[in-house]
Amino acid sequence: MSYSTIIEDNIDILVVGAGLGGTGAAFEARYWGQDKKIVIAEKANIMRSGAVAQGLYAINCYMGTRFGENNPEDHVRYARIDLMGMVREDLLFDMARHVDSAVHNFEEWGLPIMRNEKKGSYLREGRWQIMIHGESYKPIVAEAAKKSADKVFNRICVTHLLMDESKENRVAGAVGFNVRTGNYHVFKSKTVICGAGGASNIFKPRSVGEGAGRVWYAPWSSGSAYGLMIEAGAKMTQMENRIVLARFKDGYGPVGAYFLHLKTYTQNGYGEEYESKWFPALQQMVGKEYLDPEVSHRTHRPIPTCLRNHAIINEVNAGRGPIHMVTMEAFQDPHLEEIGWHNFLGMTVGQAVLWAATDVDPKYENPELTTSEPYVMGSHATGCGAWCSGPEDLSPKEYYWGYNRMTTIEGLFGAGDAVGGTPHAFSSGSFTEGRLAAKAACRYIDDGKAEGIRVSDAQINRRREQIYKPLETYRVFSNEVVAGSVNPNFINPRQGLDRLQKMMDEYCGGFGVNYMTNDKLLNIGLKKMAILGEDLEKVAASDIHELLRAWELKHRFLTSESVFHHTLFRKETRWPGYYYRGDVMKLDDKNWHVLTVSRRDPKTGEYTMEKAPLYHLVGDVEKAAPEAH
Amino acid sequence: MPTFVYMTRCDGCGECVDICPSDIMHIDKKLRRAYNIEPNMCWECYSCVKACPHQAIDVRGYADFAPLGHSVRVIRDEEKGTIAWRIKFRNGKKDMELLAPITTKPWGSATPDLAKVPAPSKEMRDSQLLFNEPKYIRMDDGGLHTLQSNGLEIKEGVQY
Repeated sequence: MSYSTIIEDNIDILVVGAGLGGTGAAFEARYWGQDKKIVIAEKANIMRSGAVAQGLYAINCYMGTRFGENNPEDHVRYARIDLMGMVREDLLFDMARHVDSAVHNFEEWGLPIMRNEKKGSYLREGRWQIMIHGESYKPIVAEAAKKSADKVFNRICVTHLLMDESKENRVAGAVGFNVRTGNYHVFKSKTVICGAGGASNIFKPRSVGEGAGRVWYAPWSSGSAYGLMIEAGAKMTQMENRIVLARFKDGYGPVGAYFLHLKTYTQNGYGEEYESKWFPALQQMVGKEYLDPEVSHRTHRPIPTCLRNHAIINEVNAGRGPIHMVTMEAFQDPHLEEIGWHNFLGMTVGQAVLWAATDVDPKYENPELTTSEPYVMGSHATGCGAWCSGPEDLSPKEYYWGYNRMTTIEGLFGAGDAVGGTPHAFSSGSFTEGRLAAKAACRYIDDGKAEGIRVSDAQINRRREQIYKPLETYRVFSNEVVAGSVNPNFINPRQGLDRLQKMMDEYCGGFGVNYMTNDKLLNIGLKKMAILGEDLEKVAASDIHELLRAWELKHRFLTSESVFHHTLFRKETRWPGYYYRGDVMKLDDKNWHVLTVSRRDPKTGEYTMEKAPLYHLVGDVEKAAPEAH
Repeated sequence: MPTFVYMTRCDGCGECVDICPSDIMHIDKKLRRAYNIEPNMCWECYSCVKACPHQAIDVRGYADFAPLGHSVRVIRDEEKGTIAWRIKFRNGKKDMELLAPITTKPWGSATPDLAKVPAPSKEMRDSQLLFNEPKYIRMDDGGLHTLQSNGLEIKEGVQY
């Protein structure tokens, strides 16, 4: 094949994937490494890439320390209860103590943040959320990253990390191909900050046909954060902790501003409150530590997101669907009505289109809600991702190995979806994690940890061959049949994705089985996954665009395999409403008050699973109880 | 609502190809104009619609759940710093215009060049602080929050 090999050498900091996490990394790296070579490799165009490409109408993680609103430990306590205890509190506290400075930088760069005119503080949507006019959130942040980076390579699909051949388990850069020219790109770097995204489209989506792209998380979030790191042998944590979202039906429009700011609420298809009646039985399943509606009523303690899903799922199954969002009261106020629409236009235009198409005017009609297919990611109300070191001054010994946000591979750092155990980071927290990773990566280099890295031509050529194999498979076998997409020698990326989604849905607890699985199903699923893995060696791509889809599929596959292993390992139902282990339908703190950690051996593909201890912040954490928003 | 391109408005400039996060806006080789090659990987994010200098790109709701006959149009203007929307319902009963700011500064003018700010001191490097901290976190003279400053410990086990 005639594609050129383009080598970018002597990079200090390579940022792979420049969404909010990656842009934060590139921006901050310049401060700590003013003479260092900083390079971004991004699958799309950094001006509109990642989960925030479309914009956001709120920043969901802001402490307001400067206005005396919250302390970092308050946020830790919130994220902890929302995730049923399963979080890395050192990483969360660290993110929360820095996150406000990210937001204040954004405002300085021109991001319009709404103000509370009376208090002088930012306009609160909820305790943690502030409201913004964020249509250009991503391009504004990308401008800052661009200014810091020496070079930005747009349209490079990074497929693999490069590994050092002089020292085991040390990163040496990354490789990929340009989705326009097809050229092979090699990035030799002392450190890599993985800012790639979580995974949409690994579970069968509710939408069908043309609408299959109408997913909650962006369809271009291909699980590459996990695919890249798992393949290289990094340890992962909490990969079983997929998230299910209760959202406006079909359009998946966000509900946060509706609940928190517009004060809308839900009821069943018959106009009744339904949530509370499911709570007594649910309390038996999870224990009073995790669900205590009376305490939640009196204090700021939230009812965990998954448990609220559980009530919706059960009410619908009991035949009293659909669940409605009661908007007809709030929308009588023209100001609130306008906010309701702006909220969609700022971050999920598709929902506005859907309501326009179906003549749903929320002023006169209460729209339907539904629970989505599951997603695997690490920055919303879930914490999948790599097992990373925390900061020196916060982390217990099991959580600390020298450099903040460094994975178990030396020189490989994470930010955003890539880091496990840090839910509720959202956009601002992901950016903050990128900054923290960048400072640590600069220090790692300055400490001399990246000396003597060696990458052989053999490694570079081996990856090149692997990357283009789907094109070669197509070239060799496509003419064996007259025409069409049916071929006995290969499957195309769409066919592979369909198979993956069906398998995840049926065996790993998708919406099609009401989020239910068990050990038997998971073991069958794993067997079928192994065979899909074999078939993915035969995935074929007719052009460079399809080659992109082929590699996204491979990253989704590695993510999914990890989800299977983790789900099988954790023998309890920790998050009812996200998924259920039918064979162990209870939360089990005696045996499973731990974080799950996995490693896939890069040579054999074998998984090993372990339990890691769970630490919590204790002390005067109850003292700060700010007034209700 | 996957995107589509009006034949008479598109001049094949490729702005949409350049910006699409999903890599699905491509130029048709025969017609030399843009089109959506993979509607089922479209997130209806409107990045291409906003980027098109000729308003040649529009969207039609996903065929699997959105009836025909609606419209959501947009004009984004970096110079004015605004975004203007118009939403029209299928039944014609609602026709809304909505305007929002997209930036508070002349575009791109306020991003700092960190290669040119004073280099961090050794003390700063050895601390947990990031660029512009702690002043960008809080208004008082306090430092960064730590376990000690907030009276906290970190302990293993079920602690709640």
